[in-house]
Amino acid sequence: MAAKYELKLGAATREAFGKALVELGKENENVVVCDADLSKSTFTHLFKNEFPERFFSCGIAEANMVSIGAGLASSGKIAFVASFSAFVLNKGFEQLRVNVAYSGVPLKVVGTHSGISIGEDGPSQMSVEDLSLACSLAGFTVISPADEPSMFALVKQAAYHPGAVFIRAGRIKVPVIYGPEQKFVIGKGIQLTEGTDLTLISTGLMVAECLRAAEVLESEGLSVRVIDLHTVKPLDRELIAKAAAETGCIVVAEEHLVDSGLGVRVAQVVTETSPCVMEFHGVNDTYAESGLPEEVLVKYKMTGADVAVTARRAFGRKK
Amino acid sequence: MTRTSDLSELQSIARTVRRDIIEMIGAAKSGHPGGSLSAVEILVTLYFDVMKHDPANPTWPLRDRFILSKGHAAPVLYSVLAETGYTPKDQLNTLRRIGSIYQGHPDRRYIPALEASTGSLGVGLSLGLGMAEAAKLDKSPSRTYVVLGDGEIQEGQIWEAAMYGGYHKVDNIVAILDNNRIQLDGWVKDIMGVEPLADKWAAFGWHVIEVDGHDFVALQAAFAEAEATKGKPSMLIAHTVKGKGVSFMENNPKYHGVAPTKEEVELALKEIG
Repeated sequence: MAAKYELKLGAATREAFGKALVELGKENENVVVCDADLSKSTFTHLFKNEFPERFFSCGIAEANMVSIGAGLASSGKIAFVASFSAFVLNKGFEQLRVNVAYSGVPLKVVGTHSGISIGEDGPSQMSVEDLSLACSLAGFTVISPADEPSMFALVKQAAYHPGAVFIRAGRIKVPVIYGPEQKFVIGKGIQLTEGTDLTLISTGLMVAECLRAAEVLESEGLSVRVIDLHTVKPLDRELIAKAAAETGCIVVAEEHLVDSGLGVRVAQVVTETSPCVMEFHGVNDTYAESGLPEEVLVKYKMTGADVAVTARRAFGRKK
Repeated sequence: MTRTSDLSELQSIARTVRRDIIEMIGAAKSGHPGGSLSAVEILVTLYFDVMKHDPANPTWPLRDRFILSKGHAAPVLYSVLAETGYTPKDQLNTLRRIGSIYQGHPDRRYIPALEASTGSLGVGLSLGLGMAEAAKLDKSPSRTYVVLGDGEIQEGQIWEAAMYGGYHKVDNIVAILDNNRIQLDGWVKDIMGVEPLADKWAAFGWHVIEVDGHDFVALQAAFAEAEATKGKPSMLIAHTVKGKGVSFMENNPKYHGVAPTKEEVELALKEIG
């Protein structure tokens, strides 16, 4: 039952990332961090304050930062590079492709301020295509945690992951979904509620919205399964296939361009395993706009109520 | 491998490397002879004299790092790697063939001794800075050498790297500019001129050394000067001749990326001796 999740507001995932870096820095002197003049926003300043000699200030030059990070990582360092998602992926994409993905260098890349929930700063800073870009880097693992505990745990895990990793973080405070006992494993999705009528699959801050949608739908008599795919690549094929087979109806919701993010990747797995009714909820081939984050999210239909609308439509097609 | 500082030995190695380049590209029927030939003395000096490295132990942590940022000059690097014993010499003529370790541009998936896969221009200096910073953090004596093309420095990332290296005083890196003055479409000065080179790099905080890029003694002195320079990264502007050593290729933009014919291979080998 979705109602069991209280969804109390916790920290932003970017803050959890910064705190995890400090822990990593304490436990392993091989951890180094590069930032491009956004350390106060990405929360890498927490690491910078503790370990200034292991912090590389690259200035507003993301391409150079990615390659420097790759050089550090290929010399045996556990190297993180961080910036806004829109900048590190768009301005550093060539370097991520050549120096990291193709070269097999295990760099950890963190994009904060992802999606449209940045709010006031507007579309030039809003990354609505970062999952698509990151997933198109061969060999990359792509992680998009939903809340503070999952971000903290997955950043720590990513540090010791043998390959390159992209981690998507957000600007705004988000509800806490997970308790302290929850285990997270890269590549393994988490089923948050049981359910037999339909499945809501999501990642990042839309996971909490899917829980809200599920609560509404449950009050209408539907049995709703909610799944958090914190790892967007590689996908948890088994969990997706099981949901498709057992509920016969899947809605994927994401704070990302709807035709190039998580949804299409889930659809590929569903098509290959257990085809069923699907609908996709996301940003529709457009850029958002400035406004308070909550206003932007409402206007671009990124709330639980909006997901419920899509879910009812999908369930209607199932019959 | 043979290590040598002896001029006549280095000259003899350079002849072998030039022959390798011509034969490889001739056999492949494609490739970039001009910019490989211009960098021969630079790479031979580094691999046979200046750099501390061990072909029997390519992952030795204290080794000096080498990055061929102008990756299209792969043949000169492949020849030097083969002549020093990192890779099989008898496979050089499989250059650019399917499955060959000698891929069109350097690919570390096939040659683990490579520090970097290159080929997309402009990214190698930044990568080298990361390696140099790692060495500093580890208090390692390892030094990093990056060979750039003069056309390549039209790429914006080069200047991001120049700014970083100068500001952060990364004095364990040496960039070598193979200033052969020709790029694919013609003379650099006619495409988008990059002069004044020395002033530009000096303004970015680099110790600039101008050197005849085909003169072993001058190169040896320049690398020694770079190593002795503290508090600044070094930029060796190596004045070179594109296609050096093969008269009909010298200063001829055509041979940036065109392979010699069978007859041209024979002529070239005769000239090189």
